Amino acid sequence: MTEEFRTQCRELMARFPQARSALLPMLHLAQAEDGYVTPEAIRVCAELLELSTAEVAAVASFYTMYKRHRSGTYHLGVCTNTLCAVLGGDEIWRTLSERLDTGHDEVSADGTFSLERIECQAACTHAPVMTANWEYLDDMDVDKALDVVARLGRGEAVRSTRGPVIRPFTDTERTLAGYDDGLAGEGGTADAKMLAGVAYARQHGMSAPQAPERSPFDETSGTDDAGGAPAGDGEG
Amino acid sequence: MALTPVLTAHWDEPDAFTIAGYRRHGGYEMVGKVLGADPDRLIQVVKDSGLRGRGGAGFPTGLKWSFVPQNDDKDHYLVVNADESEPGACKDIPLMIANPHAVVEGCILAAHAIRARRCFIYIRGEVPQAVRRVRAAVGEAYAAGFLGRDVLGTGIDVDIDVHAGAGAYICGEETALLDSLEGRRGQPRLKPPFPAVAGLYARPTVVNNVETIANIPTIARNGAEWLRQMGTEKSPGFKLFSVSGHVNRPGVFECALGTTMRELLDYAGGVRDGHELKFWVPGGSSVPLLMPEHLDVPMTYEDMQAAGTMLGTATVMVFDETTSVVRAISRWIHFYKHESCGKCTPCREGTYWLEQLLADFELGRAAQGDIAKVDEVCKQMFGRNFCPLGDAAATPYAPALKYFRSEFEAGTHTPAHELFDPLASAVFTPSTVGAAP
Ligand SMILES: Cc1cc2nc3c(=O)[nH]c(=O)nc-3n(C[C@H](O)[C@H](O)[C@H](O)COP(=O)(O)O)c2cc1C
Ligand code: SF4
Ligand code: FES
Repeated sequence: MTEEFRTQCRELMARFPQARSALLPMLHLAQAEDGYVTPEAIRVCAELLELSTAEVAAVASFYTMYKRHRSGTYHLGVCTNTLCAVLGGDEIWRTLSERLDTGHDEVSADGTFSLERIECQAACTHAPVMTANWEYLDDMDVDKALDVVARLGRGEAVRSTRGPVIRPFTDTERTLAGYDDGLAGEGGTADAKMLAGVAYARQHGMSAPQAPERSPFDETSGTDDAGGAPAGDGEG
Repeated sequence: MALTPVLTAHWDEPDAFTIAGYRRHGGYEMVGKVLGADPDRLIQVVKDSGLRGRGGAGFPTGLKWSFVPQNDDKDHYLVVNADESEPGACKDIPLMIANPHAVVEGCILAAHAIRARRCFIYIRGEVPQAVRRVRAAVGEAYAAGFLGRDVLGTGIDVDIDVHAGAGAYICGEETALLDSLEGRRGQPRLKPPFPAVAGLYARPTVVNNVETIANIPTIARNGAEWLRQMGTEKSPGFKLFSVSGHVNRPGVFECALGTTMRELLDYAGGVRDGHELKFWVPGGSSVPLLMPEHLDVPMTYEDMQAAGTMLGTATVMVFDETTSVVRAISRWIHFYKHESCGKCTPCREGTYWLEQLLADFELGRAAQGDIAKVDEVCKQMFGRNFCPLGDAAATPYAPALKYFRSEFEAGTHTPAHELFDPLASAVFTPSTVGAAP
């Protein structure tokens, strides 16, 4: 590992009350360097944190995002947890895996893509869900999935449905290690599905109760009447 | 009950996730006021509000805060659980993407209440967009003087670190999360001691769900009585619900607690056209499924429990008649097997056997006695695990068997995909499947 990697690890370690807390970010940083957690990275992390390599390896192997072989430039995830699977995720997986001739946790022959059957991505409203280097590709179908792969393979820009243009795997890992990528403004506030409730409420004139004039923290006579009123019993 | 947009109210504004967008609607106004008051004041307001934790268990938040020893000389920590990985749950991630400043302001206020100077937000690593939005919000809050040393001249210091996980559902369990944050394998700890006494670095720690924390600024601003105008006595307030699956308009819906699934289905445009509701799961895969006959049960902690399930995360999954219940359960069991941390035997071994047995049903090659065998394994597991994950793994089967026994019987001779064409349950039209790009 480079001297710069060690320096950055020391920076991460200094951020926490106890240095070992930096281990997860350090392993993300290792993947930002090499595309996976190399045996050398494990040795260096162990040395910096004064742990045994076995202790660091035990942590690295516990978490699914840490890879033991180099990921493709684009690490593609297809959610095959129940909801996405039932809504078509299994078909997307089967087609992609066949088209790229690549199985779960494998890398395509040219090293461009790695594939993973991923678990629920907290995006079930947008099922079937895929990720590319962990950026959301929502509301997928088989054709869209093949199109994304074709475009990424040709080196074209593909934008996440709720985030930035997809960058190489190592760049995402640097973000996860704790480094600002300047991309927080990409992707808008919310898409139509996140806005479904707001839109319905607007249409039907529904809203939360009117906010009171005063807050319990606006200085009053000094009584600590913080609103401990008897419970409303709800109107429903 | 009705839709009550609070946290979601301004999500249709393009800059709602920035500090300018947040402050336009009163954001950060409570920081000076709350930090200028005695910390116990906020604990009392939150207690009076009846707010219950949004991470799934519904523990009263004010009560949890009051367990932290108040005037010891130790460092205290606030740890925000943003690991959202429960299958079906999709409300914390949208919240962090669209309204990260509500989380940040909530952290500042909650940290004051529990006398913590340091707060960690632990976000699942698989969603970099949430990580960068929350991290940017923290940066903006520092720049505006709401974080750091001597916040707004109150003499109080508050720091927030945003920490990305690395892919492990079990790290959502609060003590496993703490171990993970300490740089270890994420395995649950024995309780007691509870985190409030010995949490992060063995110091008093409050772990709260990220939605719970985002509730705090509004409750501080509007008070307990206002919150109690929504919901029921035991489940006051508003909640982020989501509806996913076989509905016409899946999405996020912020409603008063006590809203029924019938109402939610209406907001979500109904079951997809030409199909009918088969079963639904109210709060993530760890809670028992419900049937059409339960559509009018108020979605509160207490009513869901009375109906034999749990509100959980209030993130509803809807499945229509094209869905094989065997396939659905089998896939969830596969998930629990994959995510079992291996620390205790009933869960580690139980999920191993359950996965194989359920796969046999799905492939149509289960033996006659397997229906009872699965039941037996679940019973052996239930209540014997170190943490609730093991119980969760043993949960989905029994209600599925109760309502859909014939599908499990069919699993002794016919594969699920022959009984239920997978393409019929997909939401894209089969004609596009396999078409050349
Ligand atoms: C296996 C498992 C996974 C969990 N995952 C989460 C999670 O992702 N987010 C969360 O807030 N709580 C999760 N919990 C619940 C937490 O242990 C804890 O109860 C919660 O964070 C407390 O916050 P609250 O009181 O604000 O709800 C999980 C629990 C278990 C057993
Ligand atoms: S129940 Fe499962 S996840 Fe929980 S401690 Fe035991 S083995 Fe680990
Ligand atoms: S099941 Fe795929 S995102 Fe939740």
